[in-house]
Amino acid sequence: MSILINKHTKVICQGFTGKQGSFHSRQALEYGTQLVGGVTPGRGHEVHLGLPVFDTVADAVNSTGATASVIYVPPFYAADAILEAVDAGITLIVCITEGIPILQMLRVKAAMADTGALLIGPNCPGIITPGECKIGIMPGNIHLPGSIGIVSRSGTLTYESVDQTTKQGLGQSTCVGIGGDPIHGMNFVDVLSRFQADEQTKGIVMVGEIGGVEEEEAAEYIKGHVTKPVVAYIAGQTAPPGKRMGHAGAIVTGGKGTAAGKVAALKAAGIEVVNSPTDIGVAMKGCL
Amino acid sequence: MNIHEYQAKQLFKDYQIPVPEGKQVTKPDQAELVARALGGEGWVVKAQVHAGGRGKVGGVKLANSLKEVKEFSASLLGQRLVTQQTGAEGLPINSLLIEKIYPIKRELYLSLVVDRSSQRVMFIASAAGGMDIETVAHDTPEQIISVPIHPAAGLQGYQCRKVGFALGLKGAQLRELEKLMGGLYQLFLAKDASQIEINPLIETDSGELLALDAKINFDDNALALHPDIAALQDPEQEDPKENEAQQFGLNYITLSGNIGCMVNGAGLAMATMDLVKLKGGFPANFLDVGGGTTVEKVSEAFKLILSDPEVKAVLVNIFGGIVQCDVIAQGILAAVEQVHVTVPVVVRLEGTHAEQGRELLAKSGVNIVAADDLEHAAEQVVALAKGR
Repeated sequence: MSILINKHTKVICQGFTGKQGSFHSRQALEYGTQLVGGVTPGRGHEVHLGLPVFDTVADAVNSTGATASVIYVPPFYAADAILEAVDAGITLIVCITEGIPILQMLRVKAAMADTGALLIGPNCPGIITPGECKIGIMPGNIHLPGSIGIVSRSGTLTYESVDQTTKQGLGQSTCVGIGGDPIHGMNFVDVLSRFQADEQTKGIVMVGEIGGVEEEEAAEYIKGHVTKPVVAYIAGQTAPPGKRMGHAGAIVTGGKGTAAGKVAALKAAGIEVVNSPTDIGVAMKGCL
Repeated sequence: MNIHEYQAKQLFKDYQIPVPEGKQVTKPDQAELVARALGGEGWVVKAQVHAGGRGKVGGVKLANSLKEVKEFSASLLGQRLVTQQTGAEGLPINSLLIEKIYPIKRELYLSLVVDRSSQRVMFIASAAGGMDIETVAHDTPEQIISVPIHPAAGLQGYQCRKVGFALGLKGAQLRELEKLMGGLYQLFLAKDASQIEINPLIETDSGELLALDAKINFDDNALALHPDIAALQDPEQEDPKENEAQQFGLNYITLSGNIGCMVNGAGLAMATMDLVKLKGGFPANFLDVGGGTTVEKVSEAFKLILSDPEVKAVLVNIFGGIVQCDVIAQGILAAVEQVHVTVPVVVRLEGTHAEQGRELLAKSGVNIVAADDLEHAAEQVVALAKGR
């Protein structure tokens, strides 16, 4: 078992015929993902990468039975794309797009409430169940099917964690990049609860960063609900306050969202927090 | 993006939010003329810089005569203002805001932010205005009231009344506040603000409400939708290196250390800085070269790092996912060719095409320390920066 996606998951791509959409769709197909088609409005009935192109997500869902969608459209069109996917009944939406205005995301989240659809991202690397299904921009070759669940706000730090757990021979059950924006879809707790319920997952790596209070909420949740070992790392210990460190969500304001505060909360919950990003794999192995 | 107080107050006026009478000036003579035209017996001379804490360091002066207006203006213009938010170099005072003085009965606080937890735009208000709101929130949280707004319903009258009663307002003031909050909320949405702060919002002796200060931040992700707002940007208030980086689509922030860092991905860039510090060194910058990067971008990033005279060594840390390590290696070599590099460079390449990247560097004959392990890379660069 894995969480959220597996080899049976049928995926479509929104922004399929664009540069990003084409490049990563090709990679996904090579990896073995069941990509069954794509959506580019106005180009329905064409064939791209050997797959059907549809005008609307609803057409794509009706024709292919897809339940997941990955979005590679430009930032000012992404809110529209997410809500179109929700409307068409897609249950897992993965939005890779970076740079969506925060007020647009806020309206998207309000509109998604109670629809039951899950959103991963935006501004994220996506989600992968190694050996089965890759939805996103992560390099497939560093992954190994295995027992560690990885959840992270940062793309490249997800790759670091994957690489280290692969080198330790542990492998990964599923890896989820939840994204670096302040308003986003699934959060740490949403993913942690699924890892806890998943039989394949034996240990969890959680990579957080400065800004917001989601790591603190995760610490509280782990204390009460997660029995599997968790290794955590928090990036941004040296970041100056008030500066946006690349990710729109990574900003320390008014003494809130500091790395020190997050580390303290996680440690208080009995979680192993590593100081160095290079110790993630070794620490995880040590916990099992 | 930040704008100046005088620009924020103009936006306030556009949205019927009451502000003091005043005008922005760039010359002392002009300041005197403006003060004369405003009339009255007292004026305030406010340095226009993109930083808070101006009052504590002489950036806001009260003048009791036209002569003083001119004198204060002359003493401030052309200077650099150092506040607790600017760093040691301070920011240039290129213009001033001259305003009429109003008799203050009470100082209040009102702001509008995007709250991540509730995922709502939220008003924050306090009767304890005029001071550092973070301190108020920490010491006396009961003095802070917050009102989240549902995006579909919009701002409702009861929410404004709730804030009004909490601020101790009465009668006509409540209606005035409702209008003011309505204007703020509209401005926030129309221009994709990320924060609007009025500290203090004053109640004058005659009971009127007036935004004595105005601070607006805008969502960088939405700037392309608002050319009118983008035009308000003042590059002189920003780090020249950060401006340059922006032109090349690089994410760069100047820090005070001596180890230049070039990394792909914001999270890994932060982690690399942390690791350098953990090994006893000090990062000179945060630099994320981003995803789909090119030889030119890497080359520009390298030049940017080396333009800082404090930099004694450089650490390049790339985990190639979308970005391929051989592309990065080519960029480094191109930069080394263009810029005279005298400091040691430690490169760690991992991920897609890492082997090819390392090979390119090894074959080049350039003095680069190749490390395949991040921890050792950090240790090496710290030692090299210390001259060992």
